[in-house]
Amino acid sequence: MAQDVWRGAFPSRGGLGRKRGRRLKEGAIAGLFFAAATVGALTTAGIILSLIGETIAFFRVVSFIEFITETQWTPLFSIKRFGIWALVSATALTSLIALLVAVPLGLMSAIYLSEFAKPGVRAVLKPALEVLAGVPTVVYGFFALTVMTPFLQRFIDMSLFNALSPGIVMGVMIVPLVASLSEDAMSSVPQSLREGAYGLGATRMEVATRVVVPAALSGIVASVILALSRAVGETMIVAIAAGQNPTFTFDPTVPVMTMTTYIVQVSLGDTPYGSLEYRTLFAVGSTLFVLTFVMNIFSFWFVRRFREVYD
Amino acid sequence: MAAAGMEQFPARAQFRPRLGLRKLYGMVFTGIGLAAILVGLGMLAWLLLDTLVTGLPWLDWQFLTGFDSRFPDRAGAKAAIYGTAYMMFFTIVVALPLGVMSAIYLEEYARDGKVKSFIQINIANLAAVPSIIYGLLGLQVFVRWMELGRSVLAGSLTMALLILPIIVVATQEALRAVPPSIRDASYGVGATRWETVRHHVLPYALPGILTGNILAASRAIGESAPLITIGALTYVPFTPENPLDRFTVLPIQIFNWVSRPQEDFQGVAAAGIIVLLAVLLLMNSVAIFLRQKLQRRF
Repeated sequence: MAQDVWRGAFPSRGGLGRKRGRRLKEGAIAGLFFAAATVGALTTAGIILSLIGETIAFFRVVSFIEFITETQWTPLFSIKRFGIWALVSATALTSLIALLVAVPLGLMSAIYLSEFAKPGVRAVLKPALEVLAGVPTVVYGFFALTVMTPFLQRFIDMSLFNALSPGIVMGVMIVPLVASLSEDAMSSVPQSLREGAYGLGATRMEVATRVVVPAALSGIVASVILALSRAVGETMIVAIAAGQNPTFTFDPTVPVMTMTTYIVQVSLGDTPYGSLEYRTLFAVGSTLFVLTFVMNIFSFWFVRRFREVYD
Repeated sequence: MAAAGMEQFPARAQFRPRLGLRKLYGMVFTGIGLAAILVGLGMLAWLLLDTLVTGLPWLDWQFLTGFDSRFPDRAGAKAAIYGTAYMMFFTIVVALPLGVMSAIYLEEYARDGKVKSFIQINIANLAAVPSIIYGLLGLQVFVRWMELGRSVLAGSLTMALLILPIIVVATQEALRAVPPSIRDASYGVGATRWETVRHHVLPYALPGILTGNILAASRAIGESAPLITIGALTYVPFTPENPLDRFTVLPIQIFNWVSRPQEDFQGVAAAGIIVLLAVLLLMNSVAIFLRQKLQRRF
């Protein structure tokens, strides 16, 4: 009788008896989630394995010494040369031009947004600047080829395909990356540091340039390295506007071919699986992956190593 | 007396505040900062205006419903629009559950330790790998080893891996924004971990998760390099019928038009860009709407 009343008051109590089943279900779900979380690790392993296999096959035919010392890249011609420098120099050139644009613009934008802008102005300008990062790269490529290059040609004597125009446009594209990461670093500098400087009679600009920027330097440097890594791996802008001539040069007015452009060019043709041309894709891809990987790791390490910690 | 004071602090005699000049520097500096932002925004405005002026005359019903052609006035984006829709459907079907489950594992299940920090660092790293490298991964693993060919499915799987880190990070942020007290209350009345996640954490985090997923999807819609690498076609006079058909997508179609020598194709490319940007604008508006209207504040 008493038990019936008990049951009536707590109708769901019967569920507690199924403890074993519940625990089994919990375990299965946790296992499923863990399995999903390992996909990331599998992706990294997949990238490394798929690059390494074909790259080793490539270096069985082509000497590694030639690859890193020659400056001519002609794998699709009858006289084949495999000097990666012809491609690396173009990548370095376009990326450096991009950094020359992105670092001053991004850094000044970040200082302005973090230290000078009123909250209302900031709430409008910051998301507006982020839009730049959301524009597809093929659109930037179109802009570089059909607008920026003709515009620059009015002032500089240069060919239709060149490193300067895509470099500048790529720089504009990565401004939000530099700006938002640098601004995060500046915003996390404690207010007490600023107030200390104001107390000593510093002006706003002095606080920004002599207190906030040095305190946020690790984050700023990391943002610049990540921006460089992004520029090195960027594909469509340079594939459309920088040309397809693998030449070892640092002249920004002539057509060049970056590592990424080469991968696009070979992919557009129908390269037979297992041929040497097919393997060059992976040799160039490995070079690109190693370069960007080193930069990314260095950037993460730099933040950890040189971060000023405040409590 | 004052003179005696000066002798006691010799440095004081050299101290010139020059406050007016320093404030002037400050104003110039602020002006440069604002100008830096306006240069970026000016470029954006220039890009949009130029695209509209070049592309609008070519944007008509024929462009949206016709297949590609050798003649600029007959070229259409139908195959590319269908291809983008198909590819995105499968990409989201694969990436969304995987990404959300990974994030739930990392935030709600994993203990702090080596396994968790390894997965976390790995995801941060993957987010910074150039997209074209994912294309080489897709070419080798999906096109060759799994023998999917240069199909919609191979493209979708490649894209899914590409946006997975973005989804995981965004979902983690959304989950972290749910206050621990909600979980504690749920555990307090005897709920298990999964019941807590399913009935309390996920509903609260849902707007944030959706926003993150929409932004990740809009990244995938604009990507072309990895799909070129796995061998998506540039000239497609048909719409894909099943996941193993060959395909093209809007950015690749635009790339193809830009590369053609005839002047008129620049206009056709610009029309394609307008369609692409309109889709992205729509998706981002939905994401912002979700964040503004549905997000609960604690």
